[in-house]
Amino acid sequence: MAGSTHIAHLEDRATRPGHDTLVSTLLRWTFIGLSLTFLAALLFAPLATVFATALERGAATYLRSFVDPDAAAAIRLTLTMAATVVPLNTLFGIAAAWALAKFEFRGKSFIITLIDLPIAVSPVVSGLVFVLLFGLQGWFGNWLQDRDISIIFALPGIVLATMFVTFPYVARELIPLMQQLGNDEEEAAITLGAGGWLTFFRVTLPKIRWGLVYGVILCNARAMGEFGAVSVVSGHIRGLTNTMPLHVEILYNEYNFVGAFAVASLLTLLAVVTLVVKTLIEWRTGYRRR
Amino acid sequence: MSSFRQPSVLPGFGLTFGFAMFYLSAIVLIPLAALVLKAGTLPWSEFWHVVTDPRSVASYRLSFGASLLAASVNAVFGFIIAWTLVRYEFPGRKIIDALIDMPFALPTAVSGIALTAVFAQNGWIGRYLEPLGIKVAYTWIGVTVALTLIGLPFVVRSLQPALQEVQSDLEDAAETLGAGRFYIFRRIVLPTVMPALLTGFALAFARAVGEYGSVIFIAGNLPMKTEITPLLIVIRLEEFDYRAAAALGFVTLVISFLLLLSINLLQAWGRRWMVAGGR
Repeated sequence: MAGSTHIAHLEDRATRPGHDTLVSTLLRWTFIGLSLTFLAALLFAPLATVFATALERGAATYLRSFVDPDAAAAIRLTLTMAATVVPLNTLFGIAAAWALAKFEFRGKSFIITLIDLPIAVSPVVSGLVFVLLFGLQGWFGNWLQDRDISIIFALPGIVLATMFVTFPYVARELIPLMQQLGNDEEEAAITLGAGGWLTFFRVTLPKIRWGLVYGVILCNARAMGEFGAVSVVSGHIRGLTNTMPLHVEILYNEYNFVGAFAVASLLTLLAVVTLVVKTLIEWRTGYRRR
Repeated sequence: MSSFRQPSVLPGFGLTFGFAMFYLSAIVLIPLAALVLKAGTLPWSEFWHVVTDPRSVASYRLSFGASLLAASVNAVFGFIIAWTLVRYEFPGRKIIDALIDMPFALPTAVSGIALTAVFAQNGWIGRYLEPLGIKVAYTWIGVTVALTLIGLPFVVRSLQPALQEVQSDLEDAAETLGAGRFYIFRRIVLPTVMPALLTGFALAFARAVGEYGSVIFIAGNLPMKTEITPLLIVIRLEEFDYRAAAALGFVTLVISFLLLLSINLLQAWGRRWMVAGGR
């Protein structure tokens, strides 16, 4: 063992002239130092602030923030919304990936560009389009009001806007993955007499499962955390149409910093869990987007 | 049908294609068309008046200026971070690498209030900048800081695979032939990663132009001064001025389309560039 690492070290020196010079070492530590300083100021300090402010008045005050009925309602609404949006977008992602990755047809790359569109659109515009459709002065505003159906400033609007924003996440994981994996095994299964559903569940799904989990958790994190689009359609009715990020905003604007950062800390934990799952998938399977 | 799609033994094209197209139209295309139609119903003079209103123009200047600056900062620091992660081994490298995606996963409202807290006068960093006369929170600098955080993962994640592609034997050959470090960087590393760097820059810029959640907390939101375009759209909507909101939304949408188009072109160029060996 020791011998082989020694040889590897020698080889490393031999193939990389000047590898161990003083300048190299200086350069290396300058790069690492700059990277860490930049990340510390922009990323680590804000993350630490979230928890520091949330726990400023002790654990009891922190926990009390979640007992507040408005906060509890915001958490419930966020979970309900994500439980609607994520399965639907997952279903779309699987269907789109099957149609686009398994078959060759004209206009395919154009459709892939259309699927990616919501990523480029400003979140505010993503909310605006639904207000223009279903809002009081919108295309269907009067029709909806006559029938006493509310979409804007209610749950359906929040669900629609979030769907729009998180629309591409599952599809754009699965399409390249399924293209890369090819059709051979599916074709073999079909030729041997398996039905379409059986082939999907027994052949395709096991192959794409990590990519699917990857897309779903990213979609979920985006859905629960979406702010701009939801803020436009929600109407900010406390205890009714406030999702967690909107509740953070309200508490923050009321100078209730402990409360705002307490709810924010839950969202931060969600992001941390998402990243941990994502990283574990990458380490275990070597899978990485793009 | 046969000319539209190549034959395949696999079933389910009709079902999955039909469902995907229905869902795509219902959730994305029809709503976007509604915005375009709404903007189209405005008389040209009114549209022009809204879009060239001094307050709108000031908001474009801030949105574009700060986004451009943030994307440039990211191009520099994103390169340094990607280089560090790809080329150097140090304790905690894997964790840092995983954390780069944090701005993606973190809800924008959380980034917004957290950055404001750090960079405010009494914040952890703000208190050291204040005596130097640098005010970050509630100024255009704060806007840029927020947009930099949001755009960082785009640059780093675009650059990492490209930096791994740089052939170290080329660098070694150049070094043996007497090339200096900077010369190697300029003539070998930079040309190889250029398309990836530009793609990352464009992605970060595109994301920053439309960003809302992380900016509005740190911006101060003074009309003409620290008001970004997406916020102006929200303000028009809250005033129930749907026409102005639609006009501004349309402008933002067209810009997003153009940026998406240029990113696709950049990526196509990058693939050809890779095949051609970076010449």
